[in-house]
Amino acid sequence: MAGFKPIANLRSATGISTPKLALYWLLGSEIVIFGGILASYLMHRMSHDEWAFQAMHTNTMIGSINTLVLLTSSLTAVLAHHEAEHGNGKQAARYLYFTMGGALLFLLFKSYEWSIEIEHGYTITASPFWSFYYTAAGVHASHVIAGAIAMWFVARDAAKGEELHRVEIVGLYWHFVDLVWIFLFPLLYIAK
Amino acid sequence: MDGEGHQLTVRHQVNRHAQDFTRTTMSHAITPDDLHHDDHHHEPTFIERYILPVDHKFIAQQYLITGMAMALFGGFFAYAFRMQLAWPGTAIPLFGYMSPAEYNAAVTNHGTIMIFWVAMPVLIAAFGNFLIPLMVGADDMAFPRLNRLSYQIFLISSIVIVASLFVPGGGFGGAWTAYPPLSADAAYNLTPLGSTLWVAAVGLEFVAFLIGGINFIVTAMNARAPGMRWDDVPMVVWMICIASILFMASVGPLLAGAIMLVFDQTLGTGFYDPRQGGDPILWQHLFWFFGHPEVYVVLLPATGMVAEVITVFSRKKLFGYHLILYTAIGTGVLSFFVWAHHQFISGIDPRMANVFTITTMLISIPIAEMMFLYIGTLYGGSIRFATPMLWALGFIFAFLIGGVTGIPLGASGADIYLHDSYFVIAHFHFTFFPIAFIGTFTGLTYWFPKMYGRMMDERLGKIHFWGTIISFHCLFIPMFITGLAGQHRRIYDFTNYPDLALPTLQNIRIFCTCSLLVLLGFQLVFLFNYFYSMFKGEKAPGNPWKANTLEWQTPQTPPGHGNFAEMPTVYRGPYEYSVPGRDTDYWPQSEPN
Amino acid sequence: MIEYLIPQASSYASDIDNLFMLVVWLVGFWFFATQGMFLWLVFRFRAKEGVPAQYVTGKEPHLKKWVTIPHALIIVCDVFLIVGAVQVWYHVKQQMPEPEQTIRVTGQQWAWTFVHPGEDGEIDTADDITRIDELHLRNNTVYHFILESQDVNHSFSIPVFRLKQDALPGRVITGWFEPTRVGEYDIQCAEMCGPGHGIMGAKLYVETEEAHDAWMAKATNSQFAIK
Repeated sequence: MAGFKPIANLRSATGISTPKLALYWLLGSEIVIFGGILASYLMHRMSHDEWAFQAMHTNTMIGSINTLVLLTSSLTAVLAHHEAEHGNGKQAARYLYFTMGGALLFLLFKSYEWSIEIEHGYTITASPFWSFYYTAAGVHASHVIAGAIAMWFVARDAAKGEELHRVEIVGLYWHFVDLVWIFLFPLLYIAK
Repeated sequence: MDGEGHQLTVRHQVNRHAQDFTRTTMSHAITPDDLHHDDHHHEPTFIERYILPVDHKFIAQQYLITGMAMALFGGFFAYAFRMQLAWPGTAIPLFGYMSPAEYNAAVTNHGTIMIFWVAMPVLIAAFGNFLIPLMVGADDMAFPRLNRLSYQIFLISSIVIVASLFVPGGGFGGAWTAYPPLSADAAYNLTPLGSTLWVAAVGLEFVAFLIGGINFIVTAMNARAPGMRWDDVPMVVWMICIASILFMASVGPLLAGAIMLVFDQTLGTGFYDPRQGGDPILWQHLFWFFGHPEVYVVLLPATGMVAEVITVFSRKKLFGYHLILYTAIGTGVLSFFVWAHHQFISGIDPRMANVFTITTMLISIPIAEMMFLYIGTLYGGSIRFATPMLWALGFIFAFLIGGVTGIPLGASGADIYLHDSYFVIAHFHFTFFPIAFIGTFTGLTYWFPKMYGRMMDERLGKIHFWGTIISFHCLFIPMFITGLAGQHRRIYDFTNYPDLALPTLQNIRIFCTCSLLVLLGFQLVFLFNYFYSMFKGEKAPGNPWKANTLEWQTPQTPPGHGNFAEMPTVYRGPYEYSVPGRDTDYWPQSEPN
Repeated sequence: MIEYLIPQASSYASDIDNLFMLVVWLVGFWFFATQGMFLWLVFRFRAKEGVPAQYVTGKEPHLKKWVTIPHALIIVCDVFLIVGAVQVWYHVKQQMPEPEQTIRVTGQQWAWTFVHPGEDGEIDTADDITRIDELHLRNNTVYHFILESQDVNHSFSIPVFRLKQDALPGRVITGWFEPTRVGEYDIQCAEMCGPGHGIMGAKLYVETEEAHDAWMAKATNSQFAIK
């Protein structure tokens, strides 16, 4: 039973592939989750000018490096997809491993950044700004971890030449994670 | 006849936009034989039988049984707190003395469990799982393993919410709305562990339904049998999909808010604490932005089931299929713009109340139209009063009461008085009870023959119906009156209030409690009928109600593995009953002529 | 209708009750018409031997109008209800008449503290009278109330006034009322606030001018008696 794949999985009355359609709906619900966090943050920020004083202490340098890391990892995800389209499972897997490396780098930089901030007393309870900062970035980071794990499973199968269509799906998810960061970065690091 | 070629030809002929995606490793088109690689040569182990199965019908049963078990919990709380209200301070049989904190935990968890662990799993997950693949002509959901995962997460959430009631400190008692600062600070609520487990359980339930919802929507969109256009889809499938979309679009902010609430509870952040720069009203907005669409999330599947039953048992086409669809979508969209009618006097800017009273009045219009269209379906019909039809008609009758009593609440000026009173309780029970119970009984009595291959007993069914409907009205109609008399909700003992401690009012409370005891008693009739008929009921034919939709065309009843021997082709809509010139008054969707 | 169950003791209680009646009449008409039609159709079209059902799509104009015309009329009714609701809401919650007296109301787990202006008629002065769970008001006097909470959300509810207003920590909310009927009434907390929510009732005394003055004199004297 474990390997059971129904025909339902293969049909497409709408013309969009079923896995891709599922991903779009997943991303839709994620947009609302992150939208809720960001909307709450924005509404608070707009009525609390004093948060700017707290926001000054975010590390824009590391934030910018992390932005670069994520953008690059999205590039490698695109390259992985390109290889998968041409049936090169091993090469696609290799690019996916690079993407996962980018995720790891992102998390390492973030851990370093947070440990410095916590040392300086900017903990999650230090002020409402920092509460939002850690919560928003933390929820994002959990999605980075989840995406990297999913990518590992896809890469493992792709290296064997199996389920190559999933490379594109996990790549789309990765672009979304990237996109959320593109919104978070200016809100948390640039707007001072 | 070439098995593979024939199938491809039929699909491409009838459904030009369909595509089949082959795995990149396979060099030929997919047939059912390639996929059903079950090894039937050994006896399945316990794990294989009860933990691993991915069949949508099995998962439907899992959700159904869990939902029914949770209904016993939720119902028990109602029994306990109503006993306290009728005879305050006396020992309650099977419970003992009820402290004020226990009363609060009882009303809180009654509401929470009934909405999230009874209405949603039964109406959406159980029926959605059972019906959607069958009604669109598919062999299973698009993602069976994801389906199994969503149930497993749901089961864990059920365990967590039940556990939250038994931890030191007691269960969370801050009402199902969980307003902070009460819910955020253990110094205020005195239930630190219970509060956090409550939020965790609700959060997990949300995740389970987000995952499950994706499956329902994608299967209904993509896995439809060839020939099934969007307006050939049975109404209940549409309604469950619209409900899933509504849920997915509305729960996000609350999930975010729940994370913030847990952080406030456990890490000492102050998202909702004014002493730390936070705002309690933020939670209210996040909660009700979801909370209002949520009521339509559970309403729409129930109305979908009613639509299936009234067409079959009046032998009539649905009156205005497209219009009904538009009212459902319109209601869904409008439901995002009314949320603050729950917050009129909560401290929001009073000017905002005017906006929300306008939108709230307007949302009654598409729902009223939907009810008119259902009633219109009865016109010119040939109505048979089998048990499912009694439930469907009972839904219309009772929900109308629920709907109209919402209007004084939506009128901001009147809500000043009615907010937090028993009038509100009566209103939402006249909507939720039809949704969660009448709707469920409609669906269960109707699809029971297909689920179990046997018929339920009609006489017991009718006894259950009349006993339930009458005692339900006796239980809640008096609450409109006590609410108008100024009785507030979530109060464990009215003897503290001279204006409300009058004998007449106390007698009404006793009458309500006795009605509840009668209502609960009649559910025993249902439980007996259900479980007895499952094993000993009269064997059911494949299509006992002579209905058109695809689930009644399966070669086996209950449907076997893969549901259909070969993919059905759909030739017409689901409600072609009493078509002039035909010798039978029904015309199954998959019958060529 | 509401006034038969509980007295009207404020100047706007009848406005709220009348709005409720407006809803009852307009909605009640549609409710009975719909239920009536529903039950009649169920009776009229019961299955009869040899009589098949009709094939009706819902697009037939002579049938569809039975839905579209009520639909349009309901929208008209809604306009009346919206106007009524906004008028009453504005009068009670937005428009604040000039106060003759001001009181402070503070909710906490689990009691109400009321600060009455003393004989000088001014709040926040030395002769203010503070009471727990007891509110004394002079009849036919316009009051402002300044509402706060010390801990969680509470809600200041006086059913005979038809008044309700949530009290939130971190916010100061002002409202108004004018008592119009002498008597002793309940004050309730209308927002779940913990295990003591059910015992957070208070007593309201609406007094004639003489009785109120007498109470105030007695309260003031006993307050200063210790000195």
